[in-house]
This record gives sequence, C-alpha cells and structure tokens, in this order.
Amino acid sequence: MDGLEFKPRIVAFLCNWCSYTGADLAGTSRIEYKANVRAIRLMCSGRIEPTLVLKAFSKGADGVLLCGCHPGDCHYQEGNYRCLRRYLLLQKYIKQIGIEPERLKLEWISASEGKQFADLVNSFTETIIELGPSKTKQTITVFK
Amino acid sequence: MAGDKPKLKLAVYWAAACGGCCVSVLDVHEKLFDVVSAADLVFWPIALDTKYEDVENMPDKYIDLTLFNGAVRNSENEHMARLLRKKSKTLVAYGSCAHMGGIPGLANFSTREEILRRVFEETESVVNTDKIRPVPEYTAKEGVLEIPEFYNDVRSLSLVVDVDYYIPGCPPQTERLLEVFTAIVTGAELPPKGSVVGADNKTQCEECTRKKSENKKIKKFYRPWEIKDDGETCFLEQGVICMGPATRAGCGHRCIKGNAPCRGCYGPPSGAIDPGAKMMSAIAGIIDEKEPEEISRVIEDIADPGGYFYRFSLPVSLIRRKVQ
Repeated sequence: MDGLEFKPRIVAFLCNWCSYTGADLAGTSRIEYKANVRAIRLMCSGRIEPTLVLKAFSKGADGVLLCGCHPGDCHYQEGNYRCLRRYLLLQKYIKQIGIEPERLKLEWISASEGKQFADLVNSFTETIIELGPSKTKQTITVFK
Repeated sequence: MAGDKPKLKLAVYWAAACGGCCVSVLDVHEKLFDVVSAADLVFWPIALDTKYEDVENMPDKYIDLTLFNGAVRNSENEHMARLLRKKSKTLVAYGSCAHMGGIPGLANFSTREEILRRVFEETESVVNTDKIRPVPEYTAKEGVLEIPEFYNDVRSLSLVVDVDYYIPGCPPQTERLLEVFTAIVTGAELPPKGSVVGADNKTQCEECTRKKSENKKIKKFYRPWEIKDDGETCFLEQGVICMGPATRAGCGHRCIKGNAPCRGCYGPPSGAIDPGAKMMSAIAGIIDEKEPEEISRVIEDIADPGGYFYRFSLPVSLIRRKVQ
C-alpha cells in the first residue's frame, strides 16, 4: 500500500475473443477507467483454472475478475459455461477458506461492450476498496 | 550378508500422526527380518525404547535414513524435525501428513484460539468453569513443568526443514516402502532430490479398472451411502465424488477395489500445484448444467468442498490455511 490510500490490486482474466477485445475497445474509445486492473489475456474463459485464481490471491491480489463471452457466444462453444461452473464452485471454497466471495467476480463482456467493461472495472474497484486489503498473502507469509 | 558392509542406520519418527504410518512399517511382517539384517533401527518410538536424548547425542549425519511421519503441529514436532534433519543423511517425508499436512492439516480451517476454546471450554463433555487452558510453562512447587507449544498452523515437513524424498499415502503401501528401502540398501541409483518415490506419476484414473466413458455428465452428486454402487462403473459417472482425477497413482487403488471412492491421500500428480484446485476444475467440467441456479443446485450437494478436495493437502495448497 502506498501512503495512506489503499490502491487495490485486481487481476482480470479476460478471454481473447470477447472480453479482451471489449477491454481494448474501452481503450480505443478513450473511455477512462480505474487503473487498478492488471489484465491477463487467455484464449478462453474456459482456460481460467481454479489454480490461477487461487495463485493470484496467494500472491497478493485484492480482487480477481473473470470475464468471458456471453452465454452461447463462446468461440469454443462451451468454455464460458465451464468457467461459470468453476467460478460457482470456487466461490464456495474461498468462502470456506476465509476470502470474501465478493473479491471474486465473473461477468460476461462482449467485444462491443467497452463501456460495460469500464463500468465493471470501476464498480469492482469500488467494491474492493470498501472491502479493504486482502489478508490472504499476509496470512500465508506469517504461516507458522 | 552381515559383515559384508556396514549396516544402514534407520530411524522412524512420528510427529503429529495417528500411528498408522508406523504400523505400515511394521506391516512388512516377516520381511522385517530382511530389514533388520540390512539395517539397524536406531530410533523408533513406537517399537524401541529410545529417547530423544539418544538422538541428541548422535553425531551429525549419523542416521542413514529417517522415515519421518506426521505433520508439524507443535514445538515438539518442530524440534524433532530439525533434530532429525541434522542427524540424518536422508530424510524422507513418509505418509500424507509429513508429505502434505494430511488429516491434521484440516485444522488449518480453524485458528489456534478456536481449537483451544472448543476443546477446553465448549466441548459438551467438558466442565471447565475457570477456563483453564494448557500453558507451555507452568511453575509448580516441585519446579517448572513444560509441555510443547501448540502452534496456530499445521505444516508439512518440507515447510519446516529440507526434505530429500516423499513417500505419499495414508498410510503408504508397505510394498512400495519395501521397494524404496531395497533400492537404498542395494545402492540402486536414486531419483533426484525432492522426488516423490514409491508412487507413480500418472493419475489414479489412468490405472483405475472401473468402466469409464468419455462422456461424464452429472446432474446430481451423491454421498457414497446415498447410492447403490454397481461395483464396476466409474464413481464420478455415478455421481460420487472420487479424487482420482487429481491424485497420484501408485497405491494399487485399494480404496476403489474396496468399492470406496479415492480420497486423494497420494497427493497431486507431478506438475499439479494445488490438488484441490485441480479437483475443482475436474468437477466443474462434468456438471451437466448451464444455468447459474441449476449449477448452484448441483454444487449444493458438495457440502464441504474445502474438506473434501483438500482432505490431505491443505497446508501445502496455495492458500494453506483459513485467511485471518
């Protein structure tokens, strides 16, 4: 944390075909949004393994955002449904392990939804600021 | 054989363990004679009257091979882990608890305070109006009494000291231990340090003899007692959660042969960082629903994902313990 202000670190996993393109559109349309998100491009939201999400939290992410194509629009037919099922299962697990479920969010962003992506990033950043810093990394560090 | 070359010095120790690992060593049965003809047992609390002091008095690297079983839960466990590391040439994390934290590792879902409060104050059979708790040091008339300090976290052996090899299992299969032991005694070439030995690199599913189809589609999960297992179809295809996809093979799938789903005691196959996450990935892949409400309904049947998917591995998983 720099100074007194809490600047959340958010990792966003974006699928190549819809969500990353959507985020790109937000950029080319010059829509301003909060700079807390570190975007990671994957070929499909179906590639977002629980391991990646948990690793992000363990390395100090305050929030993790998963974005894929809208249901029915997946470039690989069903990858986004797989993502949805993993997400719902992960929600249940992270609650058990003491990570607030609000820190993990799944939203569908299409390639034309630059505005929606910017709004999503802003609102998610606000949610994380309200929640405060994640204690996950610290818990693992003091592990004894 | 005697007199040909110096005998190996062998030690077996239990830390936070149930004793099952030591029994699995005893399960070599009559082969124990082969073991003792090739090795001197210098320290083994379950079977020999040796004291910690005897180990402390040994020169460094005096023991050739130590099978350390059990997790590290308190200061005594930690002391012995460090001591045996110093006194041993080869230190093996033996069994799920030393390998990954094991069943005691599930205590990482609670804090030290929660455990002590539950055990010493809230348990139904306990009457402790003064709320007396154990303390590591107590001064009595006769002198200072000491008990080990109870830690907040359960750790696997490798989170405390440097470990040479891992033999997984709860408990490890005795045949596999004999294989490893024979390899050491005969001076066979040993795998690189840090390897999991006495197990395979494949997953359980690859060796499982139950009938499997490629089309796993589940609309409801069952606890094993809720269905009548047909004895031959893949457990997952019957809707019973089986840890096979995220578990290393090598145990001879005894649970499956006994018509019980795999529980994951052999840990993740090589390359998998987090066994539970791997399992969540597999489970999410077979749920045959697309609507969030329907998926949630199916997931509802998995009452305790943390405890089920990380049954033996919570302390070595990515998050390691309940965040606090």
